[in-house]
Amino acid sequence: MEDMIFYDRLQFAFTITFHYIFPQLTMGLSLIILFFKGYYLKSNKEIYNDAAKFFMKIFAINFTMGVITGIPMEFQFGTNWAKFSELTGGIIGQTLAMEGTFSFFLESSFLALFIFGEKIMGQKLHFLTGFFVFLGSWASGYLILATNAWMQHPVGYEILENGKFVLTHFSQLFSNPWLLPAFLHNQMASLVTSAFVVASIGAFYLLIKKNEEHGKLFVKTGIVFGLVASLLVAFPTGDLNAKNVAKYQPAAFAAMEGIFETEHAGAEIVLIGQPNMVEKKLDNKIAVPNILSFLTYQDWNKQIIGMDHFKKSELPDNIPALYYSYHIMVGLGTIFIGIMMLSVVFLYRKKLYTFKPLLWTLLFLVPFPFIANITGWYVAELGRQPYLVYGLLKTVDGISPTVSSGNTLFTLLGFVALYMLLGLLFLILVGKTIYHGPKSLKH
Amino acid sequence: MEIIWYIIIAVILTVFFILDGYDFGTGIIHLFFAKTDKDKEVISKAAGLFWDSNEVWLVAAGGLLFMAFPTFYASVFSGFYLPLIIVLWLIIFRALGLELRSQINHSIWKTIWDKAFGVSSLLLALFFGIALGNVARGVNLGGVEYGMSAYEPHYFFLPLWDSSFSPSTTHPGVIDWFTIVIGIIAVVTLAIHGANWILVKTNASINNHLKTVIFRLNIALAILTVFSLSIWHIVEPHPLANYLEYPLFLVFPLVYFIGLIGMFFIKKLKKEVHGFIFSSLIITGGVTSTLATMFPVLLPSTNNLNPDLTIYNTATSTYGLSVAIPWMIIGGILIVAYFIIQKKLNKGKIDDREYGH
Ligand code: HDD
Ligand code: HEM
Ligand code: HEM
Repeated sequence: MEDMIFYDRLQFAFTITFHYIFPQLTMGLSLIILFFKGYYLKSNKEIYNDAAKFFMKIFAINFTMGVITGIPMEFQFGTNWAKFSELTGGIIGQTLAMEGTFSFFLESSFLALFIFGEKIMGQKLHFLTGFFVFLGSWASGYLILATNAWMQHPVGYEILENGKFVLTHFSQLFSNPWLLPAFLHNQMASLVTSAFVVASIGAFYLLIKKNEEHGKLFVKTGIVFGLVASLLVAFPTGDLNAKNVAKYQPAAFAAMEGIFETEHAGAEIVLIGQPNMVEKKLDNKIAVPNILSFLTYQDWNKQIIGMDHFKKSELPDNIPALYYSYHIMVGLGTIFIGIMMLSVVFLYRKKLYTFKPLLWTLLFLVPFPFIANITGWYVAELGRQPYLVYGLLKTVDGISPTVSSGNTLFTLLGFVALYMLLGLLFLILVGKTIYHGPKSLKH
Repeated sequence: MEIIWYIIIAVILTVFFILDGYDFGTGIIHLFFAKTDKDKEVISKAAGLFWDSNEVWLVAAGGLLFMAFPTFYASVFSGFYLPLIIVLWLIIFRALGLELRSQINHSIWKTIWDKAFGVSSLLLALFFGIALGNVARGVNLGGVEYGMSAYEPHYFFLPLWDSSFSPSTTHPGVIDWFTIVIGIIAVVTLAIHGANWILVKTNASINNHLKTVIFRLNIALAILTVFSLSIWHIVEPHPLANYLEYPLFLVFPLVYFIGLIGMFFIKKLKKEVHGFIFSSLIITGGVTSTLATMFPVLLPSTNNLNPDLTIYNTATSTYGLSVAIPWMIIGGILIVAYFIIQKKLNKGKIDDREYGH
């Protein structure tokens, strides 16, 4: 049993991490493309239309990768988590099936229209198709997050005698208090990713002195979107999420903040420190007193429950990973705000396009929003442990009873190999598009 | 309610087989018949431009199955673990083949990815046929051995094959001689279908020759059909029971035979698209007839201890099934719109125009 679950979890973690590289870019990029197209309609400046079409091309490649890696995700609920699917399919099947039927059909049909239909449709309709692409991808995200929110904080269900969960209130799936903060935070985070990608491509053009007009536009748009989104990610959405975790998953909260012992008169916030699971304390800790209590409850002296309060079987099973993931996400978020503020100041003083150190920074910043997003999900998913459906269904009870660990290991290795090829394909395709540049789309 | 969802899912799945089916078929034809560089290029485009928009039907079918019949979804997806994951790999591999081939302009590079596309298409067609064969044959639900279930009654696990390769042992594997026959039928059918698609979509130099190929394959298909009907009783003792009870079901085999017979006139057909319609009828008829023989069973049990999985004992609650109807109507409208847009955008032959993809 123990190693069965280990490989099932490893395979899920690997395939979802790879999948999530793509949707986070699609969702944010669709909004930025919409901005370019809309601004073109207003200003009639050709360069904005070029930008919209150029990024739609990258969007399309990325979207295809999302589809290819998404299909295994959908299958895996049945293949590796059969018991979980059987018990909860009546509920999360709703939101997942909705995603599969409409968001996706919406997104892909309008994507085709956007790419091939500009001449036939005229500019206003072209903008509208772009809007539907955006709507489709955000609806996808919303429905997927509704699924995940139900696993984090189940609502609107009833448990039958045979252990099956059945839906009693469809609407509650969407008024789940977990959903809105998570959705907004997630969307803003994916906007951060795509803003950084846009800025980075711009910085690249400026550095190699090719397509410089476009380069300037990309950098400018990227950092303005990047600053706004980075701020929104931290506040209010990140903060709201943290409050939800404290309220609904106190054990996860204690673990991700690294609070080993309940502090009665106001908890400190840990900036740096390494969890020591043997002595149950943080090594090399740097912390600021009372801040955490204030951030969470707006009360400097409110008590925050520590891990000592919970039975071992109720605590997440990988506390260091959870703790580090959380601190990496928040740390990167803080750094993003700093860099984007600096860039905007340089932009304002008209020095940005020639200030090489900052352009290089923007260029090489690209992997980090992806890392922040992925570690963010690790916080959510590791924090949910040891439950699959929080408080109700343990992860061990969700796996497929008939699939052995050897089989899972075998299939995991296959996915690793194929995804390496896929990653290569993605890099070639996007690299080519960037290399040819926005001007090549003129004719 | 269960029946409505059964029909919705069956329709979506059939459309998937028709649409992605021609991509598989195109791959098979590509593997065996495309010789010149130009043909290879245009034939791989005839699949390459469409495969991703066709795959959405699989996503939709999978999601709906999960929602409406969770127990069936859980049982089948974990029980057919190995073949399903292999299908996933093949799907990814095919995508790699189609998308990578044009990235580097070198003959060895192209050959590698062309073969990847062709071989994975062939195997996908085979596996989908084998899957249908497995569903028709049934499995050892509950893993019964010496009169005892090893798992809960609705779970099972199939190895890829069992050394006897016989459908009637107590532990058949995924691949046995019966499912292989169905797999070959699928390959032949989809090859015909793919060839028709190439006729519709391209001006490849082999097109005239392909009509002869279709004709010959169709003869093979007719023989295989008769053969499979004559052995069907091995897996289903009363294959005709459902047709006697619901005579209306007879339209499904009828559709199949119309397609099969129509296909023989391939050389006389006025429009290429007619051939494509006939092969679509064959696919539709083949899938629906199999389902109709089994209805309302979804997966038969080969032991007497555990009952078959049916649409009734695997469905979610009636409330769940009913609240999903309104959003499915919206989804249905979108799906139809999607279908029309795709058709409009992709009119005509690919090599007649400059395609910027
Ligand atoms: C660019 C990416 C990014 C950045 C900079 C941040 N986050 Fe985040 N965070 C995510 C990307 C993300 C995410 C990947 O999108 C998650 C995973 C689940 C979700 O809805 O969003 C997430 C989840 C998430 C959770 C929920 C964990 C759970 O569900 O158990 C909390 C409490 C925070 N974040 C808090 C913050 C705070 C206080 C930040 C301050 C700077 C922050 N995040 C920056
Ligand atoms: C939003 C939709 C998502 C759903 C419905 C979902 C569902 C699941 C399920 C069913 C498991 C396996 C059971 C378990 O280990 O608890 C799991 C585990 C996991 N998921 Fe998610 N997931 C989602 C998003 C993500 C994303 C976007 C990531 C990362 C980028 C992620 C990372 C992980 C990891 C790392 C695990 C393994 C955790 C562990 O076993 O300790 N998940 N998720
Ligand atoms: C944070 C978590 C996730 C988000 C925000 C997300 C979002 C998306 C988006 C926007 C797409 C469209 C393709 C693209 O834009 O690249 C997509 C594709 C897909 N995703 Fe995910 N996804 C997540 C996790 C999952 C999980 C856990 C599953 C498992 C069921 C899944 C299944 C799929 C499937 C089947 C596709 C392809 C077809 C479709 O778009 O519906 N995704 N995802």
